[in-house]
Amino acid sequence: MQPEEANKFSMHNKTGVGGQVPGAGKAGVGSQVPGAGKGPSSPTPGTRHLTPDPAPGTRHLTPDPVGYLMVLPYLLHLVVFVGYPLAFAFVLIFHRWNIYTPMKWVGLGNIKLLLTDQLIWRALFNTLYFLLIHIPLQLIIALGLAQLLNQKIRGRTFFRASYFMPVVVSGVVVTILWQQLYATETGLINVLLHRFGLPGIEWLGDPRYAMPAIAIMATWKNVGLYVVLFLVGLQAIPADLYEAAELDGASAWQKFRLITVPMLNPTIMLVLVLSTIGGFSLFIEPYVMTGGGPANSTLSGILYLYKQAFFFSKMGYATTIGFFWAMIIFMVVLLQRRFVETEAL
Amino acid sequence: MKRFLLYATLTVGALVFLYPFVWMLSASLKPETEIAGFNPLSSNFMLENYRFVLQKIPILRGLANSLLVSIVVTTSVVVFGSLVGYALSRLQFRGRDMIFNLALAMMMIPGQLTLIPLYTMMVKFGWVNSYLALIVPAMMSSYAVLLFRQFFLSIPQSLIEAARLDGCSDWRILFTIVYPLSKPAIMTVAILTFMGVWNDVLWPLMVIRNPDLMTMPLMVTLFNVGGQAEAHLGVQLAAAMLLALPVIVAYVFLQRYLIESIASSGMKS
Repeated sequence: MQPEEANKFSMHNKTGVGGQVPGAGKAGVGSQVPGAGKGPSSPTPGTRHLTPDPAPGTRHLTPDPVGYLMVLPYLLHLVVFVGYPLAFAFVLIFHRWNIYTPMKWVGLGNIKLLLTDQLIWRALFNTLYFLLIHIPLQLIIALGLAQLLNQKIRGRTFFRASYFMPVVVSGVVVTILWQQLYATETGLINVLLHRFGLPGIEWLGDPRYAMPAIAIMATWKNVGLYVVLFLVGLQAIPADLYEAAELDGASAWQKFRLITVPMLNPTIMLVLVLSTIGGFSLFIEPYVMTGGGPANSTLSGILYLYKQAFFFSKMGYATTIGFFWAMIIFMVVLLQRRFVETEAL
Repeated sequence: MKRFLLYATLTVGALVFLYPFVWMLSASLKPETEIAGFNPLSSNFMLENYRFVLQKIPILRGLANSLLVSIVVTTSVVVFGSLVGYALSRLQFRGRDMIFNLALAMMMIPGQLTLIPLYTMMVKFGWVNSYLALIVPAMMSSYAVLLFRQFFLSIPQSLIEAARLDGCSDWRILFTIVYPLSKPAIMTVAILTFMGVWNDVLWPLMVIRNPDLMTMPLMVTLFNVGGQAEAHLGVQLAAAMLLALPVIVAYVFLQRYLIESIASSGMKS
């Protein structure tokens, strides 16, 4: 197929480009566009016919070289700002480098360091702890509010919009706001606890509560998005499923457990994945609120990466952390997908 | 009774999400001694906190920087993304499917992996402390490419063929037929890109140290973390309020579009 296609292409096009796409894009534009760009744009009606095709079933229209011109900026940008950094990441993992003096080859040194680095494992533990609180809270509240909104009610637009408000506001604003809500003496949350006769909590100063505090805040910030997603999912469930279940005498809980939850499975998966990725991307919250403390209890992976790069100028090690973190995200999402899919059966 | 409970729950929910913003606005206007407590009203409202912020940091400059960066990046992502989307959905050329698969693969690459290498590139290019570092790496988006491609596939081919028979170039087809039909897709990409750039702190924090070039969220973050606010609660909230205000105003007017765009982004990723 490959040589055959190239052959046919050069017949129409006289480019004779081979192999790689970025190269092909450049060659095509360089030699072709001035003439060819106009070519297909002022065609005689017959130009866009089907070419005789040796492989039956695959249609081949005459090529549009202007396509190369349209994708060229994107491809160049991709090569420079994604491809190159990606390749360079794999160089950096094996080096020690502070940007300003020459790189030093350390072999597997960074990886060995990573595996014995207490703090990266602490960051991983913190993130999992965050997710353990954040995800169930997120699912329950979002699904509950979506259920309530999925009825004939007045002011649905208003309620939906108010739940969604923290989603659009910058994370910095939310973090500064909640830092004050969590204040031990003056914060509204402790004031509220006192009203109900409960003792106040030193939310951000106590290693036991700092991460849960961030998890609650993150839930408040994001749950509106998931309310909307669940609402879309709920509205897609055919009403006759519920009607049939009612005829069979199913209780509200049975309908929820046996119809709503299975039908919402794709949405639940989505919420899981998005929350997980969000949890592994935590940065601004601990950076502003706690600086990773107290006693590293809110240190996140990205915050640790940032500190290694910008406080200690360890670009190689920071890249290794980034790589490790990316692998973990990948694995966790894969595991979740598997878990949710088997649950669905 | 059931209806009452329903509305009561929904209203309590709305209060939980909205009241903190009301409290923030009111606390930023109060003297520090009155900040504690739920009552948003006070007889001593004042603008002192805002005056303090405006004196300490060039926050209006930050607003201008944020607008500049967000508008340039958004325009670029929409223009180039739609060009590639058009080429991938409507044109025939060699390597087209490969480019499509490449764009799909790009979506899988986690940003954490390229963050530091990209930063070292900025240092080598001499782009640290310049708008270039904020703008250029963000100018293209594979997500936008895929979204535009998907949307353009839904435009009837007959419209495009008819225009071609009339002798329209692909550029004219794009501008006179495809764009006018694609307002929802353009809106979605524009809103998501704009908000993403507007709210980002990590990247600006890495590449900008000159206060004159800082984006607004970065400025407010450093103002709080760096101790310039001198631990004045009201002042911190005033800075946060100034940062939130443009977004809240936009949200009030564009609420429906914002919700739909952001929700659709969740659906597709």
